Amino acid sequence: MAAKMQGLVDWVDERFPLTSSWKAHLAEYYAPKNFNFWYFFGSLALLVLVNQIVTGIFLTMQYKPDASLNSSGVPVAFASVEYIMRDVPWGWLIRYMHSTGASAFFIVVYLHMFRGLLYGSHRKPRELVWIFGMLIFLCLMAEAFFGYLLPWGQMSFWGAQVIVNMFSAIPFIGPDLSLWLRGDFVVGDATLNRFFAFHVIAIPLVLLGLVVAHVIALHEVGSNNPDGIEIKKHKDNKGIPLDGIPFHPYYTVKDIVGVVVFLIVFSAVIFFMPEGGGYFLESNNFIQANPLQTPPHIAPVWYFTPYYSVLRSITYPLFGLEAKFWGVLGMGAAVVIFFFLPWLDRSPVKSIRYKGPIFKTALGLFVTVFLILGYLGMQPPTPARLMLSQACAVIYFAFFLLMPVYSKLDKCRPEPERVTG
Amino acid sequence: MMKKLLLALLFAPLIACASEGELHLDHAPDKLTDQAALQNGAKLFVNYCLNCHSASAMRYNRLQGIGLTDQQIKDNLMFTADKVGELMTIAMRRDEAKQWFGVPPPDLSLEARARASEAGSGADWLYTYLRGFYRDDSRPSGWNNLVFANVAMPHALWQLQGEQVMGADHKLKLAKPGKMTPAEYDAAVGDLVAYLQYMGEPSAQTRKQLGVYVLLFLAAFFVLTYALKREFWKDVH
Repeated sequence: MAAKMQGLVDWVDERFPLTSSWKAHLAEYYAPKNFNFWYFFGSLALLVLVNQIVTGIFLTMQYKPDASLNSSGVPVAFASVEYIMRDVPWGWLIRYMHSTGASAFFIVVYLHMFRGLLYGSHRKPRELVWIFGMLIFLCLMAEAFFGYLLPWGQMSFWGAQVIVNMFSAIPFIGPDLSLWLRGDFVVGDATLNRFFAFHVIAIPLVLLGLVVAHVIALHEVGSNNPDGIEIKKHKDNKGIPLDGIPFHPYYTVKDIVGVVVFLIVFSAVIFFMPEGGGYFLESNNFIQANPLQTPPHIAPVWYFTPYYSVLRSITYPLFGLEAKFWGVLGMGAAVVIFFFLPWLDRSPVKSIRYKGPIFKTALGLFVTVFLILGYLGMQPPTPARLMLSQACAVIYFAFFLLMPVYSKLDKCRPEPERVTG
Repeated sequence: MMKKLLLALLFAPLIACASEGELHLDHAPDKLTDQAALQNGAKLFVNYCLNCHSASAMRYNRLQGIGLTDQQIKDNLMFTADKVGELMTIAMRRDEAKQWFGVPPPDLSLEARARASEAGSGADWLYTYLRGFYRDDSRPSGWNNLVFANVAMPHALWQLQGEQVMGADHKLKLAKPGKMTPAEYDAAVGDLVAYLQYMGEPSAQTRKQLGVYVLLFLAAFFVLTYALKREFWKDVH
């Protein structure tokens, strides 16, 4: 039997790089042995991606992207979501896995990105890993935005209305551009159908390609580690890094533990608080979309609120262009600026373990400001909150723009030769 | 500059949390596991609400979930539908309803979930709302409401509660008693709200019960996977 199996594997290997791929990416991919807590989130992001795709496929079988009203005056799309929640066997579970998965995806990815900031994982030679990762993050934001319209509730409708209207702030082409994006003068059936197409086909296709590129780029250069040093500098006589261990089985069994812990938290939300306290499923979205009734307070879902706060904090017209345009630009810049991190950090060391007090303070301040902006983005604006968000936005951008200066000034400690566990 | 910024950040939560005058909601009793209360709530809903409001996501046979048989549902709660598998729709036409009330009465399938806010749960809102009607001759319907100012709906339960009026101290007083005492009325509204909560998510009880088993399994699985990891990592130093 074993000989027959080997025969089959040999047959495939002559036609397809099966064994060599298995070795290159798992059994003989040497990862640093000192990965800590922060290194779970890459594999968890992959798990959540699979969760979103699989639950998404099953949701598509019952969901109807149709904004017309049924005989009870309820939009067909809205009613089809409730049909899934009530009449499709296990539909409620699949829907909650998908809706909670959206928020979980952002939590996991934010922690994954924070790991990069902590240990300098974006720095040479991993710039492309970081850039592919940032492109994945952009896709994720687009995917979440398009998907949020589909339940066709009040927040779906008005959220999309606000975001698409932002494009109208672009000089000259803005109004036509937003009309072209909506496919109608208001968010309507045309918008719902195209957002559905983007959500289930276009963006996931790009996303999957980028995930493959992200992993290939990572495996080309090898993983960073909490010490921020290259394990490839010290190899044994077979060319294996002395501080490296094969990804499989060591990190596969370790990641399974991470997966189980994640599933415990994930299940606790799904089964006991699927609305996530109003953050994962907003109560306003249990009201069907009504184009004639603007909700008193429109807030984006929590994972967009830091950037939304930046948008709202810009209130001055400049160079004859309205404040809204600069707000949109500021919001875009708040996301895009992450792309430049590999070239902004000029510190001689990568890991925060060996960086000095200035960088540690800056990173602490940035995280605080990011959280405050996130909170403010959910709240209705007041003059005091506006001032606070402006102060936070300044610190947000200063963290990036001043990094070339302060990362050089910082008093760093020398890096060790070998990983320290 | 740096110090000022840090100071501002220190006080940030205070500024951020300073909230506007909030709506005070009474806390609704938790009757989600009380089948008698849920059944009474269903009876009230079908008799007093389902004439103008639909619950078009809800099927009559979903009332099995609150301990009723198909025959009981048919005999006691179905006035317009023929089959227990039918949805709780209404005969009133939406364009006519709009003429009569100004707005067509909203579908109530998800009302208990939709009304949740920072002030309280959707159940709290409904519990306060249904006990907050008072006489107001300036309104076309003759009624106004404490938590939903200038509401289009007249007080559908006025025969049970009686008539409240707004006192000079901005508190409601019972001017004309109804069929029920205030305590009985509060209990009845509690039942109705519990039913609306059930209708908002009929699978909620199943979900919570299943969740316990899922978490127990995962806890046991954690022990197993952790032991596996320890075993494999014994030789990594």
